[in-house]
Amino acid sequence: MADASVQSSRSRDLDKLLLRPGNLVGPRFEPGPEMRDDLQTYARVLVVGAGGLGCELLKDLALSGFRNLEVIDMDRIEVTNLNRQFLFRLEDVGKPKAEVASKRVMERISGVNIVPHFCRIEDKDISFYNDFNIIALGLDSIEARSYINSVACSFLEYDSDNNPREETIKPMVDGGTEGFKGHARVIMPGITPCFECTIWLFPPQVKFPLCTLAETPRTAAHCIEYAHLIKWNEVHGGVAFDPDNPQHMKWVYDEAVKRAELFGIPGVTYSLTQGVVKNIIPAIASTNAIISAACALETLKIATECSKTLSNYLTYNGAEGLHTKVTEFERDKDCLVCGPGVLIEVDPSVTLQKFIDLLEEHPKLRLSRVSVTHRGKNLYMQAPPVLEEMTRSNLSLTLFELMGKLSKDVVNVNGTTTKNDQKISCLRKLSVVFKGIDGVTDMDTAGGA
Amino acid sequence: MIKLFKVKEKQRELAENASGGAPVKKQTAGELRLHKVNFKPPLDFLLDMTRDISELNLPKSCTMQFPNGKDDLMNFEVSIRPDEGYYLGGTFLFSFQVSPIYPHEAPKVKCKTKVYHPNIDLEGNVCLNILREDWKPVLNINTVIYGLYHLFTEPNYEDPLNHDAAAVLRENPKMFESNVRRAMAGGYVGQTFFPRCM
Ligand SMILES: [Zn+2]
Repeated sequence: MADASVQSSRSRDLDKLLLRPGNLVGPRFEPGPEMRDDLQTYARVLVVGAGGLGCELLKDLALSGFRNLEVIDMDRIEVTNLNRQFLFRLEDVGKPKAEVASKRVMERISGVNIVPHFCRIEDKDISFYNDFNIIALGLDSIEARSYINSVACSFLEYDSDNNPREETIKPMVDGGTEGFKGHARVIMPGITPCFECTIWLFPPQVKFPLCTLAETPRTAAHCIEYAHLIKWNEVHGGVAFDPDNPQHMKWVYDEAVKRAELFGIPGVTYSLTQGVVKNIIPAIASTNAIISAACALETLKIATECSKTLSNYLTYNGAEGLHTKVTEFERDKDCLVCGPGVLIEVDPSVTLQKFIDLLEEHPKLRLSRVSVTHRGKNLYMQAPPVLEEMTRSNLSLTLFELMGKLSKDVVNVNGTTTKNDQKISCLRKLSVVFKGIDGVTDMDTAGGA
Repeated sequence: MIKLFKVKEKQRELAENASGGAPVKKQTAGELRLHKVNFKPPLDFLLDMTRDISELNLPKSCTMQFPNGKDDLMNFEVSIRPDEGYYLGGTFLFSFQVSPIYPHEAPKVKCKTKVYHPNIDLEGNVCLNILREDWKPVLNINTVIYGLYHLFTEPNYEDPLNHDAAAVLRENPKMFESNVRRAMAGGYVGQTFFPRCM
């Protein structure tokens, strides 16, 4: 009895969500202790990033009843992280973030198991990511988000009616902060817009014209970019500038100060130099905490269906007062990453040349001047001549062989098609299925392109 | 989704126990294949690049090289041979480095040939608006190559990176022309030596 009461007090708040019925619960939600137990036993969540957001996310998820967590991060702890990445201490400086963060959370929250991965996200097999039920992203780069998004969407399969198969949906919860602003979003590939569907949400970075930097600087940032982009190469020709090397950064700062003095421009500081060169805005601990809390709650809602999930993009602005808003963005139907693509069934004996001919005759495609790409490998490029020459020998090989003898997979093609008597260029996703190859006999029977 | 997670976990255990045995039912072909082969995911920016490159419509006198082979389209070189203007007869090599968020961000372009030019400095930095402040995701590699080509047919002294060259072009076009010829043939302009590029 004593044990049971300890147990109930520890999950008291969670129980309010999981043990009681509600008006906003999902259709399959069955309140009860089994839900709580299953969450602990079966939900496997990967946290990508162990920085400001990642530390918060790990802690929040562990306190929300998740017990099987893994975290991946390639960085080591720096002194400047300590003000907000609260799992780290001075003696941890130089150690991998993923390892220290896991250890600290496990020390404080019993029963939680966190496996750290100290490596780049690209270093992991794609199958590594498929072992998780949900992926939570606490990242600060568009590149890394875009990569994880491609990985998660590559698991997605559609049925013959072009509806996503639920068991292949890899939900993602993405958080991001910049100073006092932040966002949290839920990505259900095939259902809600993926990262690539809404890539335009990210504003382009400000880039100053080089000639302004060289001739007519007006701001402190101009002086810093002059030192970083022009002066560095002039003096260190050949040595690549490394933004993570403090000596390099100091050199750029010193040069920027000289430049600013020459033109009578105030305001060059070391931290502004770092900010401009690395294109970073100072991180605010409370923004990370708020965004991460929203992400952890969404993760819990996806797993348990104890409430409707955010649909689908929350913005938070704490710069002046406080403003939050949820916007429901729509999917890009033709998204190359999360869209279904056009189903094409071919015989394994079909050569690449024959396949390209088929696309020209295909009623839905009518593509000419076709180039074919499979998972980053260019199977055939029709231009420029140098690439055409390099890929021409593939034309006589079978597509099946060129695609690594998979029973089915996605290829991307681009070429020209005619629409309203006009030639337009078009980039398409094709879902290629080889007839009579094991592993697909029980699926994709209907559909027929 | 927890019920689904539960089913998946049970399948995983089953698959692990059946180590190498008959294919596990219910597991989709996709999952099986992912365990068999480690592939890169199809990345959106690579597709954008593939399209861009395969649709290039280069000026006649431009050629491309892909030093890392047919599958690395993110790093390549373009040589430009202007067929009119001050730089007629010269060959100028540019390196392109394309970022993973292309076309959200412009490619990084450097001139590898040392050139006497008002808009290209001696380190190979290029002042071309569409490479910096005026880049938009609707632009592409083709636009950039034409922009570079244009710099040779119409150098301008209003956006100088090489201050001296710009001043000479503005004040004495005849002298600018002879400086360009001297530099391209391999020789000194002022204190600076330019290797031959014709
Ligand atoms: Zn998408």
